[in-house]
Amino acid sequence: MTGAGPAGSGAGLEAAPRRLGRLRLEDALFRGTTRAFAVGVLLLLLAVMLSLVIGSIPAISKFGFGFLWEQRWNPVKEIFGALPAIYGTLITSAIAMVIAVPVGLGIALFLTELCPPWLRRPIGTLIELLAAIPSIIYGIWGLFVLAPVLQSTVQPALVSTLGALPFFGALFAGPPLGLGILTAGFILAVMVLPFIAAVSRDVFVTVPPVLRESAYGIGATTAEVVRDIVVPYTRVGVMGGVMLGLGRALGETMAVTFVIGNSHHIATSLLGPGTTISATLANEFTEAVGDLYTSSLIELGLILFVITFIVLAAARLMLMRLEQQAAK
Amino acid sequence: MTIYARRRTVNFVILTLSYAATAAGLIVLFMILGSLLWNGVPALGATLFTQTTPPPGSQGGLLNAIFGSVVMTAAATAFGTPIGILTGTYLAEFGRGSQLAPVVRFVNDILLSAPSIIIGLFVYEVMVVPMGHFSAWAGVVALAIIVIPVVVRTTENVLVLVPASLREAASALGTPQWKVVVKVIYRAAVQGMLTGAMLAVARIAGETAPLLFTALNNQFWSGNMNGPMANLPVVIFQFAMSPYADWQVLAWGGAALITFTILFLNILARWVASRGSFSQ
Repeated sequence: MTGAGPAGSGAGLEAAPRRLGRLRLEDALFRGTTRAFAVGVLLLLLAVMLSLVIGSIPAISKFGFGFLWEQRWNPVKEIFGALPAIYGTLITSAIAMVIAVPVGLGIALFLTELCPPWLRRPIGTLIELLAAIPSIIYGIWGLFVLAPVLQSTVQPALVSTLGALPFFGALFAGPPLGLGILTAGFILAVMVLPFIAAVSRDVFVTVPPVLRESAYGIGATTAEVVRDIVVPYTRVGVMGGVMLGLGRALGETMAVTFVIGNSHHIATSLLGPGTTISATLANEFTEAVGDLYTSSLIELGLILFVITFIVLAAARLMLMRLEQQAAK
Repeated sequence: MTIYARRRTVNFVILTLSYAATAAGLIVLFMILGSLLWNGVPALGATLFTQTTPPPGSQGGLLNAIFGSVVMTAAATAFGTPIGILTGTYLAEFGRGSQLAPVVRFVNDILLSAPSIIIGLFVYEVMVVPMGHFSAWAGVVALAIIVIPVVVRTTENVLVLVPASLREAASALGTPQWKVVVKVIYRAAVQGMLTGAMLAVARIAGETAPLLFTALNNQFWSGNMNGPMANLPVVIFQFAMSPYADWQVLAWGGAALITFTILFLNILARWVASRGSFSQ
């Protein structure tokens, strides 16, 4: 700032631009700092991806793409394949979605159409509290409370009814162990339920009242209003919520580790034990000896990351599209 | 059956299912809380808070695990919250119209829902392997990475609710931008930001997966942040999966302790948020 003012001007006038300059510098510093941290968050995701890729290089160079469909997982002979874990991850999440989507939509329907207004907040909050309970609590509850109940009631019933069907029955064959893929799917369903219910409720209330009232006005029943007005209007948002729940289910670790039975063989029956990517990591990572074993586990993590990234990105893009629509 | 009767029947069935779905959700919640009370509360004696984790077959408590969890959660919140607040500030205040902000927002949303076990793997790769041993610091970093996206999201959400007139009034007085943000906007939004921090604490207090490969566990009392440290979630995992009855009782005690702390924090956070100056 030297030479900014003409010679002979007062000291106060000379100080003013200097002080202004300092203020501008401080502002730039503050803005720069917040920006740096924002960039840092961006880099964090890239660093996570990069470290997983680097960590799995030994396994990738040894097994190539065959890792994805190799069924054997033999730490002693150092033969590793991801198929059982990938299968378990996908099938448990699928079971979770089959249960949680209709129940979640039912809860959203209840909260927006049927519930008396004074009960809306408390019941909504209680359902959302399901999302606050840590994963490990679901695990311990699933192992000690839910699994014995399923073993003595639900599973024998499934075996004797659905298990008797031709072709389809193989999915429900075998002894009711309590633990296994079905139990894991059930626990996951409870865990993702609050996400689906909350997002669906939030998008259900965005339906313009005039649409809903017109439908009621021409004599539609509540079920018809929801089926023909609310759901079509909010389809993208509901899909976003479902994908968000799916992203959670795919990566869920502790609850599944407790109840899935941890077996690296692909069981045809849903009642049989299995494993998921995250359960394999939780069980074996700290005990893995040898670079190849560790690297194979990290590659499993990389596969999980890629799958969840795709699902979550799709969910966010859908919800973002919805926000842009709402803004218009 | 007339068309009218059929429509009424369908409506009745769907509405009944909707009631049933809500009841099912609530029943599961109360079953979980009930079994925690039933199995966990008898374990919540004085020894739980005064003795360290026992070897199988003898008496003990969870003192070292409680200590470890509190220390690591506090440190992770202390590191993660400022980073989250600054990033959220960028998104709400300075990033408008920039190309960076939507990308950061998107990445943050991905991090918010990314599997926490992946974060554990990442910290294992970048901290545990180079250091050569498991450590509480690695656990703190893993938890802090989980705190950041939670705080970013709540901070941004609450800052954009602060009316533009406050910003304009402060700027019109010649206040520098950083002072407008720190002294006016933060002050107006403090409840919301506090809510974010509490939700973040509630989120990491029960996180197990990222600690498995970082802080690991410790049978003994340890205040050394550079070594493995006991923590409630991993102890619950180890004890619940064990065949020893004493250990399982302690696991239930720890589970009840963690869950009711987290639910309390969640409800408190909602209460603070509902008292905020600008609610949604």
